[in-house]
Amino acid sequence: MFRSGGWMLPVWLSVLAAFMGALVAVTASTGCKKKAADTFPASGAVAGWEKTSDTRVFAAKDLWQYIDGDAEQYTAAGVVSTSTSDYKYQGQLEATIDVHTMGDAAGARKIMEAGETKDAKTVQLGDAGVAYAQSVIFRKGPYLVRIVAYESTPDAPQALLALAHGVEGKL
Amino acid sequence: MKNRREFIRNTAAGALILGSSAAVDKLALAAMLDQNAQHAEAAKSKVVVARDAALHNAGGQLDEKRVQELLDRAIAAYTGRDHPVEAWKRIVPVGKVIGLKVNGLGGKGISTHLALVLAVCERLQQAGVKPGEILVWDRNARDIQACGLTISTDPSRVRCYGSDVAGYEEGTATFGTAKNVSFSKILTRECEMVIGLPILKDHRGAGVTFAMKNMYGVVQKPFELHAGGCNPSVADLNCIPTVRDKVRFTIGDAISAVYDGGPGFRPEFLWQPNALIVGEDRVAVDHVAWQIIEAKRAEAGVPTLEAAGRPPRYIATAADGDHRLGTNDPQRMHRMEI
Repeated sequence: MFRSGGWMLPVWLSVLAAFMGALVAVTASTGCKKKAADTFPASGAVAGWEKTSDTRVFAAKDLWQYIDGDAEQYTAAGVVSTSTSDYKYQGQLEATIDVHTMGDAAGARKIMEAGETKDAKTVQLGDAGVAYAQSVIFRKGPYLVRIVAYESTPDAPQALLALAHGVEGKL
Repeated sequence: MKNRREFIRNTAAGALILGSSAAVDKLALAAMLDQNAQHAEAAKSKVVVARDAALHNAGGQLDEKRVQELLDRAIAAYTGRDHPVEAWKRIVPVGKVIGLKVNGLGGKGISTHLALVLAVCERLQQAGVKPGEILVWDRNARDIQACGLTISTDPSRVRCYGSDVAGYEEGTATFGTAKNVSFSKILTRECEMVIGLPILKDHRGAGVTFAMKNMYGVVQKPFELHAGGCNPSVADLNCIPTVRDKVRFTIGDAISAVYDGGPGFRPEFLWQPNALIVGEDRVAVDHVAWQIIEAKRAEAGVPTLEAAGRPPRYIATAADGDHRLGTNDPQRMHRMEI
């Protein structure tokens, strides 16, 4: 009995281990898609840009803590999580990147189209992108990315665009 | 009114010089008219909109000295006192903790300006309020820092921290749709009086966020008050005695504002009204703020908030018979543009 049990236990464990392994693999695969923490370029990865804060991640239910009043439109469009981090360009121009991970590409499109204005300049980024003097917004698959600068400087538009390409490359 | 008063004063002066009995009757009549006019004016809710087109320099930087001067002009106009310190003494009690409720929700780009907070703190101290009796606060450290402020709990200095430090009451309060609201202990336990320092913003749900909507930052779960365009929840929340009684003055920051896409920072909709909007009547202040947003939207070719499907209905609700928080009737306001 002991022997038998001793033999059976590893089988049971191996089945369990196989199941858990598969589960972890699936979760990791899904998490890799949904996880936005890795989508933020490290300092120096984009010329002139330094990452100046830790990445903060808000689950859909907690999004109000970050963008209270705005959160409803994102939850209605199926946001899964929002990640954000601060950056600085050449030690002066401050900016923030928000990466909204939506449930699907339609959610990202819905939010982006709702916020577009006639002043938007179309840029080649992801599935669709627009730029303004102090911001760049684009979507790629389920991701909606918004980058805003806190000052309007002559080099801000090009610098923001470069940073946006840096994010796009990591999505 | 000023012209009318000047006319009456001039008439009275002329009568005095003449010295006839008919002139004396005229004088009495003029004095009575003046008194009635003053009473009628006093019954109106005063809202001061103070502007300075040069508040930002050519490089777009805010001139802190001019912010102080603008604040002084606004308070002088509001109180009728020319000297800033004397004016402030009419507004705040001494020996009580005064809370300054800023708004940093929108992040660095669209939060209550540090220069304004510092200017108010300076004048409060000159009016006799001790540094430790001034408490600048908002929801949490992130919002505080978005305003450019530093966290400080040192009781010998001007204090500055969020409700995340002070905590929220376990007990709750209810008025209408503002059900089981848990307030920040900063509001309930620490402050005797609160001055609101909101920043002017368009709001995706409520239409406009300013004086009354700023109070969403004093409760633990503001997201529970967003249904129906925040109407009647904004009015209901402001009717809860803790808010109604303690929040008695607004120095509204319209130095920068967003006229669409709010309440977050959307630089494409940012503009600089270079103004402060000051008053005790929170409803009147919000009505004036709304009109300023609408004027900018019209100028920018953006539909009115009504056309956009999100007029700030809570303003009228706050003025109705169930709330009586103030007036939204321009005829009952004394709007001073200076």
